[in-house]
Amino acid sequence: MSEYQTPLKRVRGLGSAREGVGHWWGQRLTAIALAPLSIWFAWLVVSLSGSDYTSVRQTLASPLQAIPMILFIYALFHHGQLGLQVVIEDYVHQRPLEIGLLILVKFLALAAGLTATIAVLILIFGATNS
Amino acid sequence: MASRARPLSPHLQIYKPHLLMTMSIVHRATGVALTFAALLLTWGLVAVASGPLAFADFQEFMRSIVGRLIVAGFVVSMLYHFLNGLRHLNWDTGRGLDLRSSYVTGWSVVVLTPLLSALILWLVWT
Repeated sequence: MSEYQTPLKRVRGLGSAREGVGHWWGQRLTAIALAPLSIWFAWLVVSLSGSDYTSVRQTLASPLQAIPMILFIYALFHHGQLGLQVVIEDYVHQRPLEIGLLILVKFLALAAGLTATIAVLILIFGATNS
Repeated sequence: MASRARPLSPHLQIYKPHLLMTMSIVHRATGVALTFAALLLTWGLVAVASGPLAFADFQEFMRSIVGRLIVAGFVVSMLYHFLNGLRHLNWDTGRGLDLRSSYVTGWSVVVLTPLLSALILWLVWT
């Protein structure tokens, strides 16, 4: 296809940034991953409800639960961050606020996702602070 | 930011609300809600990793009235977003896009969400 926009128009953010496909595909891939992982997570929450600290800790520290948990955390935060991006882009019309919120969401998703992952790693490798 | 006014489609309140449109909006709303649930998950995992005292605080919150309301909201959101998400993934393959199928799958999500939510909440709380 030939160019319909001058380079300047694209630089000003008025045309496609050619990121749409990557975003769309990332959203779908994480959705496909989250479908079985959510079922596992719901089962885990149900089976852990009412358990005491020691058994919750033991369950989460076992590789069979810890590994899907890390995959779940990654898919969940990535998916959520992609979704919030679209919501912000759709509804926030002041450009500085929009950019600020986008940065905040990306940083928060990375920080919270990494924090959750590290917590699981602490459980796996058995460090105790208690 | 467009330098000149671009044509816009009519806004939401122009249309008569109907199932498919409402479900699309709810899909977004539950998605946004679930990003807050993800933060609650982070808190829970950090609490378990931090020790029994931190976990007791987390557990106390989850068992409080506010905690239970939040959990109920998240469970309903998760079920809805999960079921409707499957609907979206099916649409993405090009299937089920006709009106009839969309309404059948749509109503299925509307009926299944409260049923499965009640089941999970009952399993968690009893």
